[in-house]
Amino acid sequence: MDTILEVPPDMELVYAYPESLTPKVTHYCPGCTHGVIHRLIAEVIDELGVRERTIGVAPVGCAVLAYEYFNMDFCEAAHGRAPAMATGIKRVSPDKVVFTYQGDGDLAAIGTSEIIHTANRGELITTIFVNNAIYGMTGGQMAPTTLPGQVTTSSPRGRDVETAGWPMKMAELIGMLPGAAYVTRQSVLDVPSIRRTRKAIKLAFQVQLAGLGFSMVEIISTCNTNWGLSPLDALEWAKQNMVPYYPLGDTKVADSVRALMER
Amino acid sequence: MAKELWEGNAAIAEAAVRAGVEAFFGYPITPQTEILEHLSHRLPELGRVFLQAESEVASINMVYGAACAGARVMTSSSSPGISLMQEGFSYIACSEVPAVIINVMRGGPGLGNVAPSQGDYFQAVKMAGHGDFHPIVLAPGNIQEAIDLTVLAFDLADKYRTIAMVLADGSLGQMMEPAEMPPMRPVRKPEERPAWALTGAKGRKPNIITSLYLVEEELEKVNLRLQAKLREIAANEVRWKEYSTEDAELLIVAFGTVGRVCQTVVREAREKGLKAGLLRPITVWPFPSARIAELARQVRGILVVEMNAGQMVEDVRLAVEGRCPVRFYGRMGGIIPLPDEILPKLEELHQETR
Ligand SMILES: Cc1ncc(C[n+]2csc(CCOP(=O)(O)OP(=O)(O)O)c2C)c(N)n1
Repeated sequence: MDTILEVPPDMELVYAYPESLTPKVTHYCPGCTHGVIHRLIAEVIDELGVRERTIGVAPVGCAVLAYEYFNMDFCEAAHGRAPAMATGIKRVSPDKVVFTYQGDGDLAAIGTSEIIHTANRGELITTIFVNNAIYGMTGGQMAPTTLPGQVTTSSPRGRDVETAGWPMKMAELIGMLPGAAYVTRQSVLDVPSIRRTRKAIKLAFQVQLAGLGFSMVEIISTCNTNWGLSPLDALEWAKQNMVPYYPLGDTKVADSVRALMER
Repeated sequence: MAKELWEGNAAIAEAAVRAGVEAFFGYPITPQTEILEHLSHRLPELGRVFLQAESEVASINMVYGAACAGARVMTSSSSPGISLMQEGFSYIACSEVPAVIINVMRGGPGLGNVAPSQGDYFQAVKMAGHGDFHPIVLAPGNIQEAIDLTVLAFDLADKYRTIAMVLADGSLGQMMEPAEMPPMRPVRKPEERPAWALTGAKGRKPNIITSLYLVEEELEKVNLRLQAKLREIAANEVRWKEYSTEDAELLIVAFGTVGRVCQTVVREAREKGLKAGLLRPITVWPFPSARIAELARQVRGILVVEMNAGQMVEDVRLAVEGRCPVRFYGRMGGIIPLPDEILPKLEELHQETR
């Protein structure tokens, strides 16, 4: 990956390995969508030309080693605290681009307080929220986003909403807060949705660069390993089950963001 | 600069400003809230960062982030809030970034009360979080010392890339006395941030700050490095004060507020003909063990006085290694032991060892 091929004069370079990714092979399970999402973020950071002033905050969860794969300054937060850590970084380095990358256990269970208050303060950071309806890293326990009836290693008879409560719709919840400028829910379940997610991630970073407020992209994702499905079946399962419960689309587009989109 | 009348908490806060603190993240809790209040106007007026966080958990992780970015940063809290920060302390220690923590102890356990206590000595010096580490812990006995040690905390945290904690109690935070502020130091410019900090990988390899080492041998290596650093700190940074120890036959060891009370006890004991002396640890980690061991050869017995059930006394006993009797007197619940109650204990020790 280190060698960049010379582009012949009669040809145009249309696709390349993003500079914002390291050439390392990831530890993610075959079929996992984290790799796709990493790539989308890296492409956007390249496109915006901000790699050298971007600081990433990795979560506790499957993406705990994200700093191995992103070619930029990075740190690794305590479980759920990435938005607080990002707040600390951004407040003392306002010229930097700061983003968190978090799973659903990280953001919607242990770190609920931090994400809500960070969004509500309108911190100028971007959060990429990967919702795979399960705790991947610890081996498939129920997450706050696990669907009603979904079987996990800690909800063996399926999530019982009477005792475990309902799956949390974070994009809606965060979208309600005045400090949040741009909040959207997208997915990476097929090529068109991946393209839309890329656009959303770009807009989220542009919102930060324009100083408009907090931005978050929730991404409906899969965990084929812990769901016990093949990668393809997992994509289909997410389309059939997750998307109806977690509707795709924007939950917050502030007027200032709309103006930015029109520009 | 001339002496002015300072309240302890405000003095600590202003000392941090003078030391060049760039950012404060904190959450109100008595008896230290005046630190947060003082900084809530001082830092913004100087163009620096003040943020009242949603919790102590958030505060310490904001501190962690700002420290990773290479800023001089601090938080302050009191007992229950410090408990909430402990996971963060551990991450900070392993990541080797500098951070200053002001810990103004109150009565515990539980919600306890807001009266002065030293009940969190163990927490601060022995088990500030999970895993093998110690913060540097500085224990002021008066407001001037609180000022000076706050400034020192920033320098030590920077020098050793570690947590430096100022361990005070509620009475130090709340009382007023004349003290002198240090001159204002210039704030470090963004371009002067350390080379290891997260400042954007411009023209260099990315900087990564983590406390995750999945390979056992790697994590052991990190631990060995941390331990070597702790030994270096222990060799270089032990601080204490002595009063009338030259010819002492009976030694009191006490820190912080009650260490100050014991200065009176020593004076009164001397008036009664008892050759008493006092050693007041300034650093409680690292602990002045070597000097206490030396004095244990000189004196007949040692009385340790604390505002808890007997915590630092364990470190004194470890230092003394049975060379002389070590007795303990303490009050709990937020009560400061007074000379009237301590002096009889010293007399008992005198009778016991004559
Ligand atoms: C304080 C704390 N509690 C619990 C854990 C254990 N833990 C590690 S990862 C994880 C779940 C992460 O799940 P999620 O955020 O959904 O991310 P995923 O692994 O699915 O990507 C938990 C509970 C921890 N490391 N720290």
